Amino acid sequence: MIFETVLIIALGILMLSILANLYRVVKGPSSADRVQALDSVGINLIASIAVFSVLLHTHAFFDLILLIGILSFIGTIAFARFIERGVVIERKR
Amino acid sequence: MKTNDVILKSVTRVAAVIISTFSIYLFMNGHHNPGGGFIGGLSTASAIVLLFLSFGIEKVRENIRVDFKKLAAVGVLIALGTGMAGVVFGQPFLTQAFGYYDLPIFGNTELASALIFDTGVALAVIGTAVNIILSISEDR
Repeated sequence: MIFETVLIIALGILMLSILANLYRVVKGPSSADRVQALDSVGINLIASIAVFSVLLHTHAFFDLILLIGILSFIGTIAFARFIERGVVIERKR
Repeated sequence: MKTNDVILKSVTRVAAVIISTFSIYLFMNGHHNPGGGFIGGLSTASAIVLLFLSFGIEKVRENIRVDFKKLAAVGVLIALGTGMAGVVFGQPFLTQAFGYYDLPIFGNTELASALIFDTGVALAVIGTAVNIILSISEDR
């Protein structure tokens, strides 16, 4: 019983962290701040899924953790290249 | 403008192998666990997109010599062929068969024809996703 309470408190703290990151996404002065905040939202989402699957006594969501990590990595790289060079995928002329 | 992105290229060389292995894992255990052809194909496409992002289109295209339009068509034909195999043996369309075989390494294994259908779905998804990415990256 107390274990589930601790898990629910951890989920609440992670939700507050996601809300703080969303504040930085909305308010951020430069677009690099927004990209970094979105990456951090992805990491907090991974942590929430881990806590949530412990809470539900299932291991059906463990693939999702790795998949969100991969997709967040590729999305951050694509945004970083777009900010830096203006194109996402380079091609020689 | 010649930029040196050695960190991105080094990370991509390791991460593309891991993502491809993970996508094959997702594809193979779709019968009993979460996964399957669609998500396996999408994660393979994400590995190919990561290669496109860090190495450029020409370098990847000359190393992976696959026409992705033909790959999508071959996937749809494989999925359709497993459906038509049921019709040939007098069953309804898309009937699947399975059996238990003794394989050399894996021992007693259940082989189902749904895996071939999933292969078709995965090839169609890879071809469609990579083809969309390649089409919208040509800005001419």
